[in-house]
Amino acid sequence: MSAANARVRVRIRVNGALREMEIEPRRLLVEFLREDLDLTGTHIGCDTTFCGACTVLLNGKNVKSCTVFAVQADGGDVTTVEGLEKDGKLDAVQQAFADCHGLQCGYCTPGFLMSTHALLARHPQPSDAQIRKGVAGNTCRCTGYQNIFKAIRTAAGIAEK
Amino acid sequence: MIPHPFGYHRATSLEDASRLLSELGEDSKVLAGGQSLIPLMKLRLARPGSLVDLNHIPHAAYIERQNGHLRIGAMTRHSEIENSPHAASIPILHDCAAGIADVQVRNMGTIGGSVAEADPHGDWAPVLLALDAEVESVGPAGARTVPISQFIKDAFTTVLGPAELLREIRVPTPPARSAGAFIAFKRCAPVYPTASAAVQVTMVDDDFCRDAHIALGCVGLTPIVAKEAEAALREQAITSLSIERAADAAMAAADPQPDLRGSANYKRLLLRVLVRRALHAALARARGETVEVSHEYVGR
Repeated sequence: MSAANARVRVRIRVNGALREMEIEPRRLLVEFLREDLDLTGTHIGCDTTFCGACTVLLNGKNVKSCTVFAVQADGGDVTTVEGLEKDGKLDAVQQAFADCHGLQCGYCTPGFLMSTHALLARHPQPSDAQIRKGVAGNTCRCTGYQNIFKAIRTAAGIAEK
Repeated sequence: MIPHPFGYHRATSLEDASRLLSELGEDSKVLAGGQSLIPLMKLRLARPGSLVDLNHIPHAAYIERQNGHLRIGAMTRHSEIENSPHAASIPILHDCAAGIADVQVRNMGTIGGSVAEADPHGDWAPVLLALDAEVESVGPAGARTVPISQFIKDAFTTVLGPAELLREIRVPTPPARSAGAFIAFKRCAPVYPTASAAVQVTMVDDDFCRDAHIALGCVGLTPIVAKEAEAALREQAITSLSIERAADAAMAAADPQPDLRGSANYKRLLLRVLVRRALHAALARARGETVEVSHEYVGR
């Protein structure tokens, strides 16, 4: 039996490294990443399960980390935007977003990158409908989405129409 | 936003969860996917003293065929149903699972959490009503099975006791020439629908209907079974006129509340369109055609 708010030990693999820590049970996954691990690439946008800026991969699935308690992710594997580049080199999805101007202010971009990774893992050659559905849980208030879709098609190696 | 502090209890089985709930009393709540509970806790609209976490219980998420039923474990995530070949054999299940909120929410949210929460805007209840599903729960008095039609008592209220949990949702496999469709309308992907319609029709041949189930979501405190709409189709030759009569009867059965999603009259008119479209999709599927329907929203 744990008393109210007694700390809980969690072991979560984050970007390949096992992180073990005692946290309050009310610790949200996004705060665990940003405050406890100093991984501030994952953004808090709306904080109400709407905008998707906080999207990370949990066991390969994209989730909104503002709406997951870190204790739910205990024993799991988390990938954040910091886990994408290798040796200072952007990965293919990041490079496509840069090349296609798939971002303006960039606030939503970490979430879009993670949802794009989840989408392409499931549909390596997504149709336009699959792209729209794959990022329907991510909101961008700058781009109007056209260049984001172009970036996703480019990352998937789909020739522009 | 930071929830109020709570005590954390990790259940090792549903029986263990029931025991924990009994010990902790009414100030405790169950944490399944958390996609409704966590937002409420962050807004401090809910501040339970303790949470019993079901996420680490082994074998609580599964989709299996057995004895003429599809058995779905309560902790099965919406996306697991969306991507399940078993669930795809009952297209109305896929219509529902594939359109709930957005990918991220579907990857966490569970069918058991959705059904047990009994939010009037929830997606699963009308679909399960149209399919004559039943649910199995486990609690201090052991297990029991309840038809979904008797499970939901009121808005956010089910027959579950304070220490009772859902274990499984059981969907009878529809007979030959039976097909359904679920269409919900929402303003954008992540939000709850404004109205939804679930229909399942069983045909004698391409034209004559043996049986029809029509359930409406978001237009009452509980999902509504539109009995007169069903009667307009059951044991009838299906014509465009009988489809219109059924849609009109469904609209008459709706009892929507005006809110930010629209006026009561708007929701009734929307519902009539959804019932008509869902019937056309279900009838086409019963004829063996492949028809894709799901939630409808801007930008889809």
